[in-house]
Amino acid sequence: MKLVEEFELGLEAPICITWELTYACNLACVHCLSSSGRRDPRELTTAEAKGVIEELERMQVFYVNIGGGEPTVRKDFWELLDHAAEHGVGVKFSTNGSRIDAAAAARLAASDYVDVQVSIDGATAAVNDAVRGPGSFETALGALEHLAAAGFQQPKISVVVTRHNAGQLDEFKAIADRYGAQLRITRLRPSGRGADVWDELHPSADQQRSLYTWLLEHGEEVLTGDSFFHLSAYGEALPGLNLCGAGRVVCLIDPVGDVYACPFAIHDEFLAGNVREPRGFEGVWRDSELFTELRRPQSGGACESCGHYDACRGGCMAAKFFTGLPLDGPDPECALGHGEALLAARGADTAIPAPAVDHSRVKPARLRPPAKVCDENPLADFLAVAGPAPRGAAA
Amino acid sequence: MSTEDSLDGRWRLHPQVALRPERFGALAYHFGSRRLSFLKSRRLLEVVEGLEAAPDVSAACRAAGVPEAELPSYRRALATLAETDMIVPAEAPA
Repeated sequence: MKLVEEFELGLEAPICITWELTYACNLACVHCLSSSGRRDPRELTTAEAKGVIEELERMQVFYVNIGGGEPTVRKDFWELLDHAAEHGVGVKFSTNGSRIDAAAAARLAASDYVDVQVSIDGATAAVNDAVRGPGSFETALGALEHLAAAGFQQPKISVVVTRHNAGQLDEFKAIADRYGAQLRITRLRPSGRGADVWDELHPSADQQRSLYTWLLEHGEEVLTGDSFFHLSAYGEALPGLNLCGAGRVVCLIDPVGDVYACPFAIHDEFLAGNVREPRGFEGVWRDSELFTELRRPQSGGACESCGHYDACRGGCMAAKFFTGLPLDGPDPECALGHGEALLAARGADTAIPAPAVDHSRVKPARLRPPAKVCDENPLADFLAVAGPAPRGAAA
Repeated sequence: MSTEDSLDGRWRLHPQVALRPERFGALAYHFGSRRLSFLKSRRLLEVVEGLEAAPDVSAACRAAGVPEAELPSYRRALATLAETDMIVPAEAPA
């Protein structure tokens, strides 16, 4: 049996686990896949988070990708980092860089167990800040400067490819080289607030083709989190695991302990359980109904008769789900264009699932005072929070 | 860089490498290089776990029950692990 086929049947423990430590974030990126902003009051406590780390150690999960929100805003962030190191669990954390000052960089450089990933989504301030908010480009580069000055070895620079930065790949590589960093490029998913901007931000078919060629040229020197496996249908496979690992080799723990099949699928449909259950994370990973189902042989559906199915495996489950496409059909960005045809054929009656949780911050109500006090709906705040995030909420 | 020809003497797992058994074999993770490798059979896992106790890699293979005819392919797999520092000569300092 090929390794990919073995992986599709699931592993004893995940290879790649993402743990969003908090929904709190000081930025409000328009494409945030966890719709972060406000802290959730039910967030795991320090003791609970340490318990998760100890469970990961017992399961021999070698490393965990920590994100958010902005994970460094948690008051116990450094304590949890130390706890992970003490328990032999490596950490790679994603940050917007706002809290990586000289002292933090020095502390990080002193640990063998920590890797840092700084996010930028444009190779220029104009392109980046339009997505991530004013000043965020400068902040990220400042963090990279601190890390370089502290002697931190090869941090990562993480870029989500959009229509506006797809032409800047060489410039991103140059920025990474300048800071002694490794470039990581991942796919824009229509998840969280990403669903609101996906139509206008996702790369065009031509851009995808160029991206594929660029990735092949750069091989393993550029990381991708294996997120472009759907592009393998163009021909040669890209480096890495070319499969959807959801619930099989990958999963997400969210800030309140909910375990989802993958970081891009925060929706009840992909919720396997919670680490607070008596069976713990290990029990959810091994025995949950959802993960057991995902590890059964899946039908390729409409894609099975396609000659490229072995290469792309039907693409990304979350991308299909949040664009209202059938899970056993082509990816919305199918290299052969089958996804585009399906997207165009969606009717007004096509149900497009909304994210299950939304912690987006909304502008304080006092900015738009009601004409009369009694005009204010007592549920206005609640309704605003529960509704979709306004476009361009980045500021 | 090691090659198959330089797999002489006693070898062992790099001290920063952890092994996790899986149905198909095992995962090997190097905490120093942050590289993940796959051992594609349970027998290869047994071989790697037995390296340090054996005088050389061929003896480790035989101890794990590798048939003579398959020795070359196991040596190739071990050479790949040596190239990425997953296994190191036992004499080398940790």
